Amino acid sequence: MFRRAPLLMTVLLFGYAFLYGPILSLMVYSFNESRLVTVWGGFSTKWYSELLHNEQILGAAWLSIKIAAINASASVVLGTLAAVALVRYRRFRGRTSLEIMVTAPMVLPDVIIGLSLLLLFVSMQTLIGWPAGRGQTTITLAHITFSMAYVTVVVRSRLAHMDRSLEEAALDLGARPLKVFFAITLPIIAPALVAGWLLAFTLSMDDLVIASFVSGPGATTLPMVVYSSVRLGVSPQINALATLIVVIVAIAVAIAGVLLYRQEKGSNSRKE
Amino acid sequence: MTQTSPAPGAADTASTTASVRLEGISKSFGNSYAVNNVSLDIQQGEFFSLLGPSGCGKTTLLRMLAGFETPDRGRVLIDGQDMTLVPPYERPVNMMFQSYALFPHMSVADNIAFGLKQTPMARGARNLRVTEMMELVQISPLAKRKPHQLSGGQRQRVALARALARHPRILLLDEPLGALDKKLREKTQFELVNIQERLGTTFIVVTHDQEEAMTMSSRIALMRDGQIEQLDAPRRLYEFPVTRYAASFIGSINLFEARVLQQNGDEVRLSCDEAGADLLVRSSEKMLPGMALTLAVRPEKVRLLSPGEQSPNLVRGRIKEIAYLGGISIYHAELPSGKQVQFTQSNVQALAEQPLSWGQDVLLGWHPDSCSVLTE
Ligand SMILES: Nc1ncnc2c1ncn2[C@@H]1O[C@H](COP(=O)(O)OP(=O)(O)O)[C@@H](O)[C@H]1O
Ligand SMILES: [Mg+2]
Repeated sequence: MFRRAPLLMTVLLFGYAFLYGPILSLMVYSFNESRLVTVWGGFSTKWYSELLHNEQILGAAWLSIKIAAINASASVVLGTLAAVALVRYRRFRGRTSLEIMVTAPMVLPDVIIGLSLLLLFVSMQTLIGWPAGRGQTTITLAHITFSMAYVTVVVRSRLAHMDRSLEEAALDLGARPLKVFFAITLPIIAPALVAGWLLAFTLSMDDLVIASFVSGPGATTLPMVVYSSVRLGVSPQINALATLIVVIVAIAVAIAGVLLYRQEKGSNSRKE
Repeated sequence: MTQTSPAPGAADTASTTASVRLEGISKSFGNSYAVNNVSLDIQQGEFFSLLGPSGCGKTTLLRMLAGFETPDRGRVLIDGQDMTLVPPYERPVNMMFQSYALFPHMSVADNIAFGLKQTPMARGARNLRVTEMMELVQISPLAKRKPHQLSGGQRQRVALARALARHPRILLLDEPLGALDKKLREKTQFELVNIQERLGTTFIVVTHDQEEAMTMSSRIALMRDGQIEQLDAPRRLYEFPVTRYAASFIGSINLFEARVLQQNGDEVRLSCDEAGADLLVRSSEKMLPGMALTLAVRPEKVRLLSPGEQSPNLVRGRIKEIAYLGGISIYHAELPSGKQVQFTQSNVQALAEQPLSWGQDVLLGWHPDSCSVLTE
């Protein structure tokens, strides 16, 4: 291999080094005995046990996971509905504005989304009294607002590639439209829903800017904790936390990948 | 016409006997008509074909029968009931799609059972029907497979079984054999006809393949630009086409431009510069002297005459081209006017010398009953 395309392999190696080098060193240093991030002081798992007793980080992680899961589920439902409307109904009142609203959160800077949602929540509270204060609810709502856009894009492309005659065949065989949607359309676009859910979950876990705008005193998400603690000096506990997250995400992505691959293999060989 | 019938009861019986009746159906996409003012009656138990080139509106017409398109004008009646605005899931009609549209996430048996699950039915009866359908199309060993594990021919059978499972009054088939190779297509044609005869279901088949339509159908509607050009039994469509389009769409044919000289009863004498002789045809239609028309003769109706033999239609030519096709040979003879005439000869003996050779002068003739007059 090296002999056949030395330049290509060099480029590839550098690419991987840039991508995974920092993550790898982060993982290695999570097992560092020393408190100093730059000095290797021997192998130890003490940062992991310290992490498990850090109430602040555990609380934030639990909050983030809750928000991410609710956000992902709600985004999949809303995003799928929007995608069905955009793909299956060519013309309806308000189509253009739906299209714009769906794409806007992907191109607007986070700062602007965060600020405008904050203003919205504040004026909603004075006008109708809900949401009372800012915290988990407002962060979740804000995350759904932009995650839904990404889910819509993912589901929409899958739906657009789906053979329309499958739904027509089901209608022809006596199934009513709602039945057709649940028995035929949903199972066929399921891989896109899984992908969309994972994407929305990750986007939510990852968000610092928007959450900072719309959160209140009681609600601190994981990225916010990490960010503020890093400003006071990097603790190897954060390395341990990051390592755990990377491992969990890798496992989730691998499972999703296998699921998607199996589905894809089925529907591809069908088209031949 | 039913509307001129004096007794209202007569109109009623006429519309109840027709399995499918289309009344002035039109459908346009943008500003062009896909189907333009089509009216026809199809009887219960018929094997009916919609034949025409790609884009002439066959699929659109079928989709209006299934309920996937709503006509801009006209009515669709099924067993005498107005179905124009009834949604697909409430019509006594099933369709076999051109792409087969098998549900990729369901096994063969589940695909076939899908339609049955939409009506109240005991599980035992349903399973029995599924088994019966799989036997009918000979796919019983494949029950557990998924569609992507099937060959093209097997998928076609599953699609047929699924569409027949609900015992529809009418089965619509969009290019049912289009995706199969030639050998399998010929075999399947006969199977389709057998199944149709066994079940007595009305079959309405869309095809662009004239041989397929000829082999399978009891009647053919030849379509052109969204309209029906000619509606006839296969034999009449072949032997007596009414327009140039119909004549040349099915098989090959010789066309002569001619002019009426005189009509004696049903014998019409024509003058034809292209043939270099006067011609004789039979037609019961009234024709005025001087009227221009086209005479159509199939290649196999043109006979090679021995020298001195007489025929009411007699032309002289010289062999220009010979094509040996195994069973028959096709010859092209050029007449003095430059007009090419095609005729065929059966190759009766394997080792016989070719009876005709290139450049040979020949005398050709045909019977007045064996040609038709096209007025358009
Ligand atoms: N959904 C549609 N939108 C726009 N044009 C269509 C649609 N369906 C069919 N057409 C047009 O209508 C004409 C007839 O199409 P079709 O019925 O599919 O013909 P066929 O089945 O005979 O090939 C074609 O010109 C086609 O482009
Ligand atoms: Mg078609």
